[in-house]
Amino acid sequence: MTIALSTQGLCRSFGAVKGADNITVEFTAGTVVALIGTNGAGKTTFLNLVTGYLKPDSGSVLLGERNITGMEPRDITRLGVARSFQIPQLFDQLTVDENLEVAEIIARHASTASQTKELARVRALALERFGLVPQRDQLAKTLPGGARKLLDIAMAVVSHPSVLVLDEPTSGVSAEEKESVVETVIELARGLNAMTLFVEHDMEVVAQYADRVLAFFEGRIIADGTAAEVLDAPEVRRLIVGTALGADGHA
Amino acid sequence: MPQRMLAGLSVLVAILAAAPWWMPPWMLFIASGALAKGMAALGLMLLLRGGLVSFGHALYFGIGAYAAGLLVLSGITEFLVLAVLGTLATLVLALILGAFVSRYRGIFFGLLSMALSMVFYGLLIKLQSLGSSDGFNLGGIHLLSIPMQGTAGQVPTYLMTLVLSVLAAIGIDQFLRSRYGLLTKALRDNELRVEYLGQSVRQLVLLNYIIAAGLAGLAGVLSAVAVGHIGPEMAYWTTSGEFVFMVILGGLGHVAAAFVGAGVLSAVQAVAYAVAPNSWQFIVGASLLACIVFLPEGLWSLLKRFGRRA
Repeated sequence: MTIALSTQGLCRSFGAVKGADNITVEFTAGTVVALIGTNGAGKTTFLNLVTGYLKPDSGSVLLGERNITGMEPRDITRLGVARSFQIPQLFDQLTVDENLEVAEIIARHASTASQTKELARVRALALERFGLVPQRDQLAKTLPGGARKLLDIAMAVVSHPSVLVLDEPTSGVSAEEKESVVETVIELARGLNAMTLFVEHDMEVVAQYADRVLAFFEGRIIADGTAAEVLDAPEVRRLIVGTALGADGHA
Repeated sequence: MPQRMLAGLSVLVAILAAAPWWMPPWMLFIASGALAKGMAALGLMLLLRGGLVSFGHALYFGIGAYAAGLLVLSGITEFLVLAVLGTLATLVLALILGAFVSRYRGIFFGLLSMALSMVFYGLLIKLQSLGSSDGFNLGGIHLLSIPMQGTAGQVPTYLMTLVLSVLAAIGIDQFLRSRYGLLTKALRDNELRVEYLGQSVRQLVLLNYIIAAGLAGLAGVLSAVAVGHIGPEMAYWTTSGEFVFMVILGGLGHVAAAFVGAGVLSAVQAVAYAVAPNSWQFIVGASLLACIVFLPEGLWSLLKRFGRRA
């Protein structure tokens, strides 16, 4: 099995608070991994360390066999790690189509001719799968919350990444749309053979879509395994999901 | 570009090209200056499209003018050489200074640009060899064998300024329609996202900064040739303010707006100076205020509105 991404002894503190406490983990290519944990557990810190937004105090991050520790976000993105944000980061004065065009233009810059065609295909696919076609000429600032979230994810997907990092992809999305959004994103990511790393608070979504789950607490990984294993672990039930939840994510 | 707008701009250029036959010489002189300053304002507009405003753009206007002046003092009077080397001097300086200022944003970028222009101004004031606060005259400039100065040189200088202004406007229009134009708009909206899509924000800012400086440098050369005199006030902060004023007056809607802003401001200045020589600034200030209140998107929005009705 190919390792897409790995970290070795990753540490990062914010004063006395440990955001990442000696995290060593490997992610297999093509898998879907959910990060769970309470607020402040270190999930977003982990994503920020992997994508270059934060520099670690110690430890390393490897993309395949390449050490990407301390690299700038743009360089990490160029190597194939794309991300979406908890609060969608869009170009508000541009249309939906132009937002995706910007993403494609930048990705195209470092691509061969055949990859360029593939980028255009993925862009069209993302637009269609995320149901953004009717809003393609609308300014991003006029989109409702759910559509903003989808556009943010679509922009990350357009670069055809090998690692897709999604920070709370369903926050701000209505309860009815939640599952279809995750299903669409994961289906698209699997189609691109991208390893997907996503932060999620909805345990039903986690149980249904994640191949593997990592539970975070105080900057450490306290459980690692399949959804059934992790959601049923006594420490996870006590500290994160509550005792009333079953291993399938249902109460 | 809509066909009607293209036709309107073509007619405007044709009217301006025929100006030597219908404009009195004093007006032609003002028009040459307005076109040159419009070119500098065009560069500033490019920076503004990327979300940055420079309060020291006159630095490059002054560098272009003084580079041309130094060449004339050393015996080079061919206009094409002055234009190329004057612009090149600004591009080199912009590359060096841009590497530094492109780290900053917002008010820091604006004031740092202003500080750099004031350092250059201070240097010019102290340099006796360059005429100190009086500056110095440039004479004998020609394009091949055509004189570019004096009574005989007024029309060639005007036409050359017009040709270069049109070329600059077309060039920037094409730039804004290219991938870099879209990225510049994206930059204004969300720098974090641009970085997370894999593009260096600093590189983009630097590129726009260098282009803007090059246009200001060429404008400085043209202005020096048209006026026949250069002085430190060309790099003073009020000149930078004038460029900002022109962009606000014209608006960001189209490359031609920078020239509209420059033309209107020059006309208002000329009229205000004739009507009230001791308080002309009041009239200029009041007109800017009126523009901001009634036309927040600049005069170009007014022209667009008329265009739609017609």
